[in-house]
Amino acid sequence: MYVAVKGGERAIENAHAWLAEERRGDSNIAELSVAQIREQMKLAVDRVMAEGSLYDPDLAALAIKQSRGDLIEAIFLIRAYRTTLPRFGTSKPIDTGAMACDRRISATFKDLPGGQVLGPTFDYTHRLLDFKLAADGEVPEAASRPPMSGEVPHVTEFLNREGLIEEAQPEDTPPPDLTREPLEMPANRALRLQALTRSDEGFTLGLAYSTQRGYARNHAFVGELRIGTVSVEMDIPELGFSVEIGEVTVTECETVNQFKGSKTEPPQFTRGYGLVFGQSERKAISMALVDRALRWEELGEDNVGAPAQDTEFVLYHADNIQATGFLEHIKLPHYVDFQSELELVRKLRREAGVSQMQEAAE
Amino acid sequence: MEDTLDERRSRKAWMSVLAKAPEGRVAELLDASMARPEFDWLRAPEIGSTMVRARTGATGAPFNLGEMTITRCALVLSSGEVGHAYIKGRRKADAEAAALVDALMQSPLAESLRKSVLVPLEADLAAAKAARAGKAAATKVDFFTLVRGDD
Repeated sequence: MYVAVKGGERAIENAHAWLAEERRGDSNIAELSVAQIREQMKLAVDRVMAEGSLYDPDLAALAIKQSRGDLIEAIFLIRAYRTTLPRFGTSKPIDTGAMACDRRISATFKDLPGGQVLGPTFDYTHRLLDFKLAADGEVPEAASRPPMSGEVPHVTEFLNREGLIEEAQPEDTPPPDLTREPLEMPANRALRLQALTRSDEGFTLGLAYSTQRGYARNHAFVGELRIGTVSVEMDIPELGFSVEIGEVTVTECETVNQFKGSKTEPPQFTRGYGLVFGQSERKAISMALVDRALRWEELGEDNVGAPAQDTEFVLYHADNIQATGFLEHIKLPHYVDFQSELELVRKLRREAGVSQMQEAAE
Repeated sequence: MEDTLDERRSRKAWMSVLAKAPEGRVAELLDASMARPEFDWLRAPEIGSTMVRARTGATGAPFNLGEMTITRCALVLSSGEVGHAYIKGRRKADAEAAALVDALMQSPLAESLRKSVLVPLEADLAAAKAARAGKAAATKVDFFTLVRGDD
């Protein structure tokens, strides 16, 4: 039951003014610009774009500034903004095989066409705080070598040639879209991938880790991890042809998993797939592991009752904006609800008390 | 028919170059090469989104990856050529400049605009790509054998 009450306007206004002041912090310290956040907090920007499900680095940087660095709040702001945008169309599927790779590694093949390209990675750093960053420092120019020529083929293509790995057959069924239709079970793989790519990084990481620790174990190798830019091409109806409208940075992970075979499938390697906006390999690898775990049914594997195998559990709890909305609403006024609970408890206590007194009297 | 296909192909190519140019760059090159012609809006610049799709396992069934912001507009020059722009991001001024160049590329000024706008843009893009690819190449691992444990 809802009862409308008035009050609190001034308190709310003053709270918002104080919030603005706290957001700014000490005014003797230079203010952060949106461009500074976009350029220097790039991985935070990437996470907000991926989970906000809207690629726009400037907007994501603005959201981070407005949210004081609370990334889930920033993602909330981006999701809210997204709903105000008219949708002009749909892109052709991006071609990650034609990616201009900043990074491309394989944990399964040492020598592969295109090579192991480390890119700007935290791997192999010593994780020691670098106090030089606390002082203003010029960054030395990174080394450069003549660019490699030729395309960088996907690792799975090599295994495909021997028929040792399942193929991802090309097809063009239009995928369901959870931003247009409510997410309902059963969810096909396209819908699961859409939900996973915008899912909370921490939740997805935890689930992926659980599969590694034995809950729906499907021993995964990172067949390939690549980060780089791809062109986005969309059909322009008024022109009658498609045009590349720009480039986006994405992270792609393909896992190669052991598979003993089933009644219908020969023993071969199977695949998990992760693809995320921006540079976010932790999320892309997590997504690939969870994708693979959720495929138990189509591959004829046992359901061992692991959380990562439960599509409904995974998809209905992976979205941090839905989760935050429901979780945080309980801090909003529930005076009337609580009043009725209070009445109920008092009544129960009265009844219990009365019967106790009766017992005592008897 | 072949001509039409070729025309379409080259228009597709220049629209892509215009869309990928950094903020403000198309306007800068256009204004340096000529005074802007008169035009009327067919569709004033508007901001919206497109749903970016990808393929399962890179080659399989499509799925929705997420949206991206885009800006589009359409205009007609007083000489009759129609220009369109569909570009990434929220960039109304860039969309206007791109649509103007698109229209002008269909006019007798095409050759001079190709030299003054498209060629420099293509060079910018190629240089930026090469710089990144060069840095990536420098992080390519060269394996060498330390000890082979055969004997």
